Amino acid sequence: MAKQSNEPVIWALFSAGGVVAAFVIPVHLFLLGLAFPLGWIPAPRYEYLLALVRLPLTRLYLFALCFLAVFHWAHRFRYTLYDGLQIKHLNELIFFCCYGGAIFGTVLAGYLLWNFR
Amino acid sequence: MSDTRQTTRYTEYHPRWYRSRVSTWWWLTRWPYLKFILREISSVFVAWFVMVLLLQIRALSRGPQAYAQFERWLQHPAVVLLNLIALFFVVFHAVTWFNLAPRAIAIRFRGKRVPDLWIVGTNYAAWAVISLVVAWFLVRS
Repeated sequence: MAKQSNEPVIWALFSAGGVVAAFVIPVHLFLLGLAFPLGWIPAPRYEYLLALVRLPLTRLYLFALCFLAVFHWAHRFRYTLYDGLQIKHLNELIFFCCYGGAIFGTVLAGYLLWNFR
Repeated sequence: MSDTRQTTRYTEYHPRWYRSRVSTWWWLTRWPYLKFILREISSVFVAWFVMVLLLQIRALSRGPQAYAQFERWLQHPAVVLLNLIALFFVVFHAVTWFNLAPRAIAIRFRGKRVPDLWIVGTNYAAWAVISLVVAWFLVRS
């Protein structure tokens, strides 16, 4: 019996994460990482952000963003290590570190957003 | 049958593999290779962004003081520099992603393939619209 490959699932997550990362991460990073801290644009007030993140739809959006983005990272980084550094002999370790890291990130995001009061 | 198998021994003709050893730094030798590796490394900054976002969510849930502390952390020069580098990489990822989109999606309209430029253009237009929507939610308060 042929061994079923989980590659298509992983690749689909990579691809979906790539789309999410391309469309929304640049604007988020520009605002959160540069424009707000450097005072180019007034940063949103705490109460406003709190109310925004309390909305279930916002939390769903943030969860999807984190989940897909970390799996995108896992897949791409795994192949960067395989091909770029040619450390194929560490295949299994890289595999578990990358996807394990992605699962950890997803669980952490789910935990933080689910328990957000 | 089994007798002959035991008595005859074959030495298969097996030429030695010719595989020249590729340097670990192969991707530094040509610009397209370097571009490929830079694109792959962009994923690290995607993960960095997720980490910052999770820190923000945690700070938000912990109260105004924790959030003010998080905002101060964001103002640290090293963090600003890291975010600047990260922004460069995620924009690089976005541009390479959109430019590759026509290779990944072949849309047919009335039997003809939609030109690559349209698909790329649609992606960039969507990028602009989505960025404005996200900014609209975050900037007003």
